[in-house]
Amino acid sequence: MASHYEAPIRKPLVIGDKGYHDVTVDIAAPIEGRANKHWWIVFSIALAAFLWGVGCIIYTVSTGIGTWGLNKTVNWAWDITNFVWWVGIGHAGTLISAVLLLFRQKWRMAINRSAEAMTIFSVIQAGLFPIIHMGRPWLAYWVLPIPNQFGSLWVNFNSPLLWDVFAISTYLSVSLVFWWTGLLPDFAMLRDRAILPFQKKIYGLLSFGWSGRAKDWQRFEEVSLVLAGLATPLVLSVHTIVSFDFATSVIPGWHTTIFPPYFVAGAIFSGFAMVNTLLIIMRKVCHLEDYITVQHIELMNIVIMITGSIVGCAYITELFMAWYSGVEYEQYAFLNRATGPYWWAYWAMMTCNVFSPQFMWFKKLRTSIMFSFFISIVVNIGMWFERFVIIVTSLHRDYLPSSWTMFSPTFVDIGIFVGTIGFFFVLFLLYSRTFPVIAQAEVKSILKSSGSKYKKLRDAGQPLYQISSDAPRTNVKDVVEEPITDDVLMGEVKLPKGDKTGVNELLSTIGTFDATTETADDLKKVKGIGPKMEQTLNQIGIFTFAQVARMTSKEYDLLDSITEAFPGRAQRDDWAGQAKILNNKK
Amino acid sequence: MASKVIQAFYNDDDVLMHAVKKVKAAKHHIEEVYCPFPVHGLDKAMGLEPTRIAITSFMYGCVGLTVAIVMMNYIMIEDWPQDIGGKPSFSYIENMPAFVPIMFELTVFFAAHLMVITFYLRSRLWPFKKAENPDVRTTDDHFVMEIEVHDNESQLRDLLAGTGAVEINISEKDLH
Repeated sequence: MASHYEAPIRKPLVIGDKGYHDVTVDIAAPIEGRANKHWWIVFSIALAAFLWGVGCIIYTVSTGIGTWGLNKTVNWAWDITNFVWWVGIGHAGTLISAVLLLFRQKWRMAINRSAEAMTIFSVIQAGLFPIIHMGRPWLAYWVLPIPNQFGSLWVNFNSPLLWDVFAISTYLSVSLVFWWTGLLPDFAMLRDRAILPFQKKIYGLLSFGWSGRAKDWQRFEEVSLVLAGLATPLVLSVHTIVSFDFATSVIPGWHTTIFPPYFVAGAIFSGFAMVNTLLIIMRKVCHLEDYITVQHIELMNIVIMITGSIVGCAYITELFMAWYSGVEYEQYAFLNRATGPYWWAYWAMMTCNVFSPQFMWFKKLRTSIMFSFFISIVVNIGMWFERFVIIVTSLHRDYLPSSWTMFSPTFVDIGIFVGTIGFFFVLFLLYSRTFPVIAQAEVKSILKSSGSKYKKLRDAGQPLYQISSDAPRTNVKDVVEEPITDDVLMGEVKLPKGDKTGVNELLSTIGTFDATTETADDLKKVKGIGPKMEQTLNQIGIFTFAQVARMTSKEYDLLDSITEAFPGRAQRDDWAGQAKILNNKK
Repeated sequence: MASKVIQAFYNDDDVLMHAVKKVKAAKHHIEEVYCPFPVHGLDKAMGLEPTRIAITSFMYGCVGLTVAIVMMNYIMIEDWPQDIGGKPSFSYIENMPAFVPIMFELTVFFAAHLMVITFYLRSRLWPFKKAENPDVRTTDDHFVMEIEVHDNESQLRDLLAGTGAVEINISEKDLH
């Protein structure tokens, strides 16, 4: 069919012989199965790190920011480094789901769910830092434009820090609804598969009663498209505004117009690196190699290579502009970065961010899973150092040489950073066990065009579907109000005496007696069947040993419910076994 | 009100599309189609009107932009004008560039959230809402076409049986 056509040159995005139902089973499997030992080990480590971080945050808030390594010269350091690092990581998710949706890149469908989850979890980490840095986090609502008891003094809307509050809250909340809307059909799938009532209830609640009507899907697709259109400029605006935190100040090394595009490219760069880190592990642990293929990893590596090169260009442009500007403070800031006491941080940044992604020009390397994982870790480290270099090395030697100093983090700085990494992984690990980690509804919609099963059929010139001419199974359900009877006791269903359907059901399994061709046996020969019982059996339609011999426990129960005499007798005396022997002797 | 409906189950989106076209050609009104994933072109084939949700989003965005402009003008220009760094806040137009980030963010905020809320309400999606799909398989790999029966049960059954349906159910259904 034309609507499912895809150029044969495109490699399949879903490998293996997968139909629609296989996708459901594969994606529900990690949720319906039990967590293995590795999951519990990693989760425990992450939880311990998170609790350590909570302890450090409590210590900071109760004692004061003095517990950090900040001083009067370096008054921003790890807190803002970590903040920008986490916000940057939070850029890949929405980029994958929004920008790649607008460009109709089908490969995004296997990775967008997890990338968006990563976005939300990392923006939560990012948001923690400014709040802790406030010192009195319970007054965080003071950043909101609300009338206050001190007269009409408002927050300063000329400040990039306030723009940040608006940008990040908008970004977090819009990403969240974008993610959740996409999750509804997949939660509905889990709800309809759930066997246990608790799971059914929870997924029913989470799926908002999604029913998959044609109109719902029509709106769903329109909403996704419009949200993608809104999220695309939003994702670019967030890191642009984060970069304004620095660019609008008069600190040498910060006051640069290149910052917005440079920060956005860096954010996408680090975000994709983190997506690679997470998904390379997840595809293995959750057995999703057929959906997150080597091709997906390769494409992400290409994005890393391109954005890494943009970042490299930005670094060199910065150096050139510092020299070309003729401003000696600016020139000194960059000379100090590369050759001053923090030279190691600068060169770690250069190596990790500019040099290492260049390996991805080689197909062999970018299709190697181990190498991709290694580079993704290197890039994560490099991007942390980039923020550290920009922030600390620009501050530690300010305009007044007498106040020049160095920064060293305390255990609290380190503890909070480690704590956010722990918190992030706690959230991600819980997510990977309870959420559908792949947008299965969307994957199903591309299965016929990009699944290897259907690609093979198309290559072989076979049809992708056949309209079966078999008569469909027809069920007519007339909804008749069932009368409430006293027969129903403790959930046990008993058929009323002399019930016609019960008799029919009984005879259908043990066979009917045809008086014209068969002769009746003396059923009294069976131990346990007396003259009274024989009469009853004859009334029902049982006359021969052969019929009795076909009885199993199901028929015994049915018989008991019809005759209401000697319950359990037939089973105890094994009428069927006796009848079989008698039938053979006949 | 309860009415009698016939539900035809399909296990392939292409077969469903053919069936929908056939049923429409036979001039029957398709009450509903339940799908596990979006089937492109189904809404047109069923004769559904295009959705207007994108238009609401645009209007909500305009509201957001207006809110931002009014808020910035009141807070920064009228209520408490300040002279920050020798740049006095006495005119909205002159100070507008500093408000662009807020204007943009609020536009997006309003457009996105109010559109999603509209979508949830129009499609009757909210927590504790009971799902209304007729069969659990419709979120897995089955498609269900639902047609109301008006004394033409056998005719409909024959028509649907010829469209490659894997199962046909006839039942009473409560319409909300």
